[in-house]
Amino acid sequence: MNTDSTRTLTRPVFDENPIALQVLGVCSALAVTKTLATALVMCLALTAVLTASNTAISAIRKLVPRSIRLIVQITIIASLVIVADQFLRAFAWELSKELSVFVGLIVTNCIVLGRAETFAMNNSVGASALDGLGNGLGYSVILIAVGSVRELLGAGALLGYQLLPLASEDGWFQPIALMRSPPSAFFIIGGLIWLLRTWKTSQVEESETDVLVPPTPARSES
Amino acid sequence: MASPTEENPARTLLVAFVVCAVCSVVVSATAVFLEPRQRANREREREQQIQAIVARQPGLAELLEGLEGVSLEPHVVELATGELADHIDAATFDARRAANDPLLGVALPADRDPARIGRRSRFAVVYLIEAAGRIELVILPVHGSGYASTLYGYLALAGDTNTVAGLSFYEHGETPGLGSEIEEPYFLESWPGKLVRDEKGELRIGIALDEVDPDSPDAAYEVDGLTGATRTCSGVTQLLRYWLGEDGFAPFLERVRLKNEGGP
Repeated sequence: MNTDSTRTLTRPVFDENPIALQVLGVCSALAVTKTLATALVMCLALTAVLTASNTAISAIRKLVPRSIRLIVQITIIASLVIVADQFLRAFAWELSKELSVFVGLIVTNCIVLGRAETFAMNNSVGASALDGLGNGLGYSVILIAVGSVRELLGAGALLGYQLLPLASEDGWFQPIALMRSPPSAFFIIGGLIWLLRTWKTSQVEESETDVLVPPTPARSES
Repeated sequence: MASPTEENPARTLLVAFVVCAVCSVVVSATAVFLEPRQRANREREREQQIQAIVARQPGLAELLEGLEGVSLEPHVVELATGELADHIDAATFDARRAANDPLLGVALPADRDPARIGRRSRFAVVYLIEAAGRIELVILPVHGSGYASTLYGYLALAGDTNTVAGLSFYEHGETPGLGSEIEEPYFLESWPGKLVRDEKGELRIGIALDEVDPDSPDAAYEVDGLTGATRTCSGVTQLLRYWLGEDGFAPFLERVRLKNEGGP
């Protein structure tokens, strides 16, 4: 594999992470990360859909008239999402019930349409497939991190295996209820973005507004 | 882009048509190919639901274990007469398919279709637990329209056929977080002990519009409503009353009651 393809594959993982840098696909990152198992299945589904949709859209990019390109992209993505959902229902029934609507909602995940429109429409099939896989991996890295933290701190377990003995069962670990509700994912994603930007300082954005210090109110003269 | 993508209507239509055709073939092929596995998953879930209903009944699991030859038996019932139709194999009878069969199914006129199901099978598969000649538990399949989908579930009645022993839903497509609450344990646990009919024989079972006042006369028959799921809840009420009514299992339940009271 030459360096160009390697770059295409690895760049979205840390340098241009779809969640951490572009802040796309956050909705599902909040919804499905309560346990690591659901996060993993979601990662698998999204990576598969993204790789396949990038490949398919890149393959027909020169045939599609510009006026209907978005509809064509969405049609392809939606079909792939249905296929992925059907596979989950057949082979991972219990998990697919927990994921409920969120697999179906991959069709509205901005990462998928974003990569189709910005990358697959302008690049070769091979590069587009690698870009899809890379972005899927970037999404997965964040989801797996968030899912691990939430399941560990929210239930003291990982993939259902009890690692920290619960206080309710004569152990010492008191689960953090906040970790079981979606907003906790905001804090963890925020923390991950902070860590990532401390490591890769080029990702730090220039502040668009200055912090205004309100003037101290003038004391009235009376 | 390498080649200019021409904008002429015929070409645009052709591309759109080909994309749609290919996508629909891919989607339908996957659905058809995976259907047997998915059906097996649904069947397994249904079995588990029945087992769960049985497990929730106090004393019933012990009864099943303690007595020789006591088990959960499926039977086919002819709804109109309430008679057991044991010449039909309960293991293979598919009531959902039968509903659309010209011989096995019947169309329901709009004014006698409160559960809004359109057609139903003339036969249904019920599960009975019999011990020492008495029917201890009757599990009835029920279904009807909710808000966004058809709800499929099981209603279990105690041997008096007037006391709910349990309710559960194994398939629905209601709004997650609102209508989907009908499969949550806290909701299902509010059903056991509710009565189906009052002394006059009137069907009273259902879901209240809000919380049930424990002192009101309805408290014996109704459970608390679910916020944000009014139409799902009214669907559940309608489907329960339909399946417990004269067009549903009432003739069969009457036979069960007579048998348990030592009648013919």
